[in-house]
Amino acid sequence: MASERTVNTFGQKVQAAIPALRRYARALTHDADSADDLVQDTLVRALRSEHLFQGEEVRSWLYTIMTNLNRNRRRALARRPVLMPIGDEDIAGAPEAPAGARDIARALDSLGEEQRATLLLVTLEGMSYRETAEIQGVAIGTVMSRLARARAQVRAFLDGERTQLRRVK
Amino acid sequence: MIDRNMPVTEEELHAYVDGELTPERFVVVERWLSAHPEDSARVAAWRAQAESIRARYGAVVAEPVPARLALERLLAQDTGWGRWRNVAAAAAIALVLGAGAGWFARGAFADNPHGQLAQPTAQDGFAAFTADAMQAYKLYVGEVRHPVEVPATDAEHLVQWLSKRVGYRLRPPNLESVGLKLVGGRLLPGPTGAAAFFMYESASGERYTLYCGKTRSPPTALRYNDGGTAGAASAVFWSSDDVAYVISGRGDRKQLKTVAATAYEQLDTPLPAGKSGG
Repeated sequence: MASERTVNTFGQKVQAAIPALRRYARALTHDADSADDLVQDTLVRALRSEHLFQGEEVRSWLYTIMTNLNRNRRRALARRPVLMPIGDEDIAGAPEAPAGARDIARALDSLGEEQRATLLLVTLEGMSYRETAEIQGVAIGTVMSRLARARAQVRAFLDGERTQLRRVK
Repeated sequence: MIDRNMPVTEEELHAYVDGELTPERFVVVERWLSAHPEDSARVAAWRAQAESIRARYGAVVAEPVPARLALERLLAQDTGWGRWRNVAAAAAIALVLGAGAGWFARGAFADNPHGQLAQPTAQDGFAAFTADAMQAYKLYVGEVRHPVEVPATDAEHLVQWLSKRVGYRLRPPNLESVGLKLVGGRLLPGPTGAAAFFMYESASGERYTLYCGKTRSPPTALRYNDGGTAGAASAVFWSSDDVAYVISGRGDRKQLKTVAATAYEQLDTPLPAGKSGG
């Protein structure tokens, strides 16, 4: 039976994780509104199933919920007949986007869902391999192979873009 | 010492970038990189990727959090229930058909507002059913880690799965109006077949359970079973439409009846014609 004190602690931990969850969601979706939808769904689920939370790391648990929700969301999107591609204007138009940001966003978009999540959890969210494995529900070996493939793919993508640019010029 | 001469693997190069190496191997990898320019270039490229990713998305954490993500607000509206209600509504359609038979039970409850409900008798068709339900309650109510098999976060799957196994379209009631949230459910054996078991919990941790399954007993009114001894779990049970229901809890009789009545009203969705008989 959760005392008021533990409920508060739980709420505070959830609260503290929101900015980072928004960052991860933004990188997963490339869209501020979709990202906050994802965060909202994650928070609602977390609050509703607090009873089921048994003292693991709150932050990892929230990422687990979000990772699963995003997987479902991607499946739903894939069933739609028309998929809006990430256009140049979406990312290049963002005022805060620094040089190279457009490239990295497109490179991330070229990855498979699970590989992208692995790369983002490790590099953007600073999760350990073990935490990433727990969040994605896979073995550490799988995390490492996804990471290796994701990095190779991003590198090839960025190299390819540079080659193309040179060719155009 | 063996470490020093072991060749560096690609996995270790990643672990080096991500700070996952032991200090001993870290030194070895650094030395390796100074002698292997291709690997050094790879590591540099991976680091540059990570920096680009952080440069692109890192600023999000400094943005003000939109109001719609305020926890107090989410707690107040719990918007996720909207989808859940749709599932329940769809499942309810099957139950509405022919549910009129259960309506006299409403009258029985209303006539006995002070809990003067009939005790179950030995020949009662589902004394066994109630006993199983109360056993299940006692077994799982204290369970901390695994009170349910399928959590309420997966409500759609929970209802589909249990409906398939129990043999009719289930509809776990929404008991939020009496302060109870669905924790989840599990499949259990009943006296005559599979039974569905749903657990609800209040903000203060009180648990109530709904145990239901198909029965051949005729429809009965809501009945109260005090569990035999003071402080024991008690139960309210009824059946209608070939389905038996038992609500169990340890709260006081009045509270249990309120919970049962709320569940009953949702499960036996009123038919306009049934009201005249109540």
